[in-house]
Amino acid sequence: MARAPVTDWASDWDHLDPAWVGNPYPIWQGLRDRCPVARTDRYRGVYFPTRYADIRKVAYDPDRFSSRRVVVREGEYRVNSPPITSDPPEHRPMRMVLIPPFTPQAVAKLEPQTRSVCNELIDRILVQEACDAAVDYAQHIPVRIIAHMLGIPAEHGDRFRAWITMALQEGVTNQAALKQAEQEISEYFAAQIAERRTRPGDDLVSFLIEARHPDGEAFTDRQVLGALRLLLIAGIDTTWSAIGSSLWHLATHPHDRERLVREPALIDTAIEEFLRAYAPVTMAREVVEDTELAGCPMKKGEMVMLSFPAANRDPDKFAHADAVKIDRAENPHVAFGLGIHRCIGSNLARMEMRIALAEWLKRIPDFSLDRTRPMTWSEGAVRGPRVLPIVMAAR
Amino acid sequence: MTSGITLRVDPDKCQGHARCSALAPELFQLDEFGNARERLGTCSEPDQIDKAYVARANCPEEAIIITEG
Ligand code: HEM
Ligand code: SF4
Repeated sequence: MARAPVTDWASDWDHLDPAWVGNPYPIWQGLRDRCPVARTDRYRGVYFPTRYADIRKVAYDPDRFSSRRVVVREGEYRVNSPPITSDPPEHRPMRMVLIPPFTPQAVAKLEPQTRSVCNELIDRILVQEACDAAVDYAQHIPVRIIAHMLGIPAEHGDRFRAWITMALQEGVTNQAALKQAEQEISEYFAAQIAERRTRPGDDLVSFLIEARHPDGEAFTDRQVLGALRLLLIAGIDTTWSAIGSSLWHLATHPHDRERLVREPALIDTAIEEFLRAYAPVTMAREVVEDTELAGCPMKKGEMVMLSFPAANRDPDKFAHADAVKIDRAENPHVAFGLGIHRCIGSNLARMEMRIALAEWLKRIPDFSLDRTRPMTWSEGAVRGPRVLPIVMAAR
Repeated sequence: MTSGITLRVDPDKCQGHARCSALAPELFQLDEFGNARERLGTCSEPDQIDKAYVARANCPEEAIIITEG
């Protein structure tokens, strides 16, 4: 379906416009200079702050900017997935339950598993003629690890990815796809919950069934289901995008690639820079009452984009914000959000990125973007390469 | 006599991004909910002082408070 072309980014922006999908950064810099809180009448009215300071204010103010809607899409359909769609005080109980399995210490135990998943994928890539780093590599890693954590067979991964594409990409403009994905995910997890009630295991589904509110109450099946659905949706295409964007950068910047091969100790710093420069996740909030931001009036019931990617590119906060410096020493980026909703999976995502890139560079140190084949970026709330053709140097 | 610093994580601001504990594990530790706490209240080793400033510069929530002297 062709969308109406954007007439003016400041008053009619559209994050599904092909120019934005392909390369949003110059558009955002233009807005920062002339209209730091842009607006569109599309999607029933959405504001778009592009400055770090304003984005920070929105993230820190759940009283004025509610998480009851966190995705900008056409249609009224709402999805309830605590903690990401809850505000204080309901937000905290489910969040506190979900944090312990995702601490750095907890995810470190998954490193050997992640390393073997990556190496299996690389084994297959090395015997192929042509390689797609998104399709053959990045997209599989988070699926396999979250399936492992949930105690679910790895073969179900294809279904997970199909649901996520339906919910997050098609779902922006197509309510039927969104509803269908929600329903199928819910049915799938309802069956998993029922099974774990009779045969508990050492996995996140069983863990959530056993989990208790601070006041000692168990969570309802609906809450457990919502949390499982969130872990699936929040954890997969985000990390896949982050790994994909990092490989895209290395495939198009041979100096950085060679340097990382030479100096593997730089990997952690490089990953933080890839997260800053190519932050995959843009959230949104609903305006709770008529208010203003940076002098721009905002109407109750409309939405505000919470663009962590734009905050990360603000030159007032990050020196040479549009330059990717894999040794950037000061990097308080907000790819994982700011404030009370800080990404619960951040430690897991970092671990997966580190191992995915390190194993790839060990075995495929010399590679570049295959410019004879098209590449594509996803559109919507999560940005990353979906098709990433790579040529590997003959060895 | 080198001048030292006092180091503190503001628990109301920290959201557990775990940047400090990754960059300076000898100065910061995380509890089971991923929130950071300082291991040392004060430090005077130049190397530790440098690391404390690096951690502060990388904390997205501006939760690390350093006081000189
Ligand atoms: C590079 C990969 C990832 C990125 C960039 C990312 C980004 C984000 C961001 C920006 C938020 C804040 C949402 C808001 O303020 O409304 C968030 C929240 C969340 N993320 Fe992630 N995420 C990633 C991977 C993961 C993974 C692997 C998981 C778990 C398996 C996960 C689970 C969550 C959950 C549960 C929340 C909700 C936290 C809350 O509302 O308190 N994420 N993520
Ligand atoms: S970097 Fe900041 S927010 Fe993160 S754990 Fe350390 S003090 Fe807390």
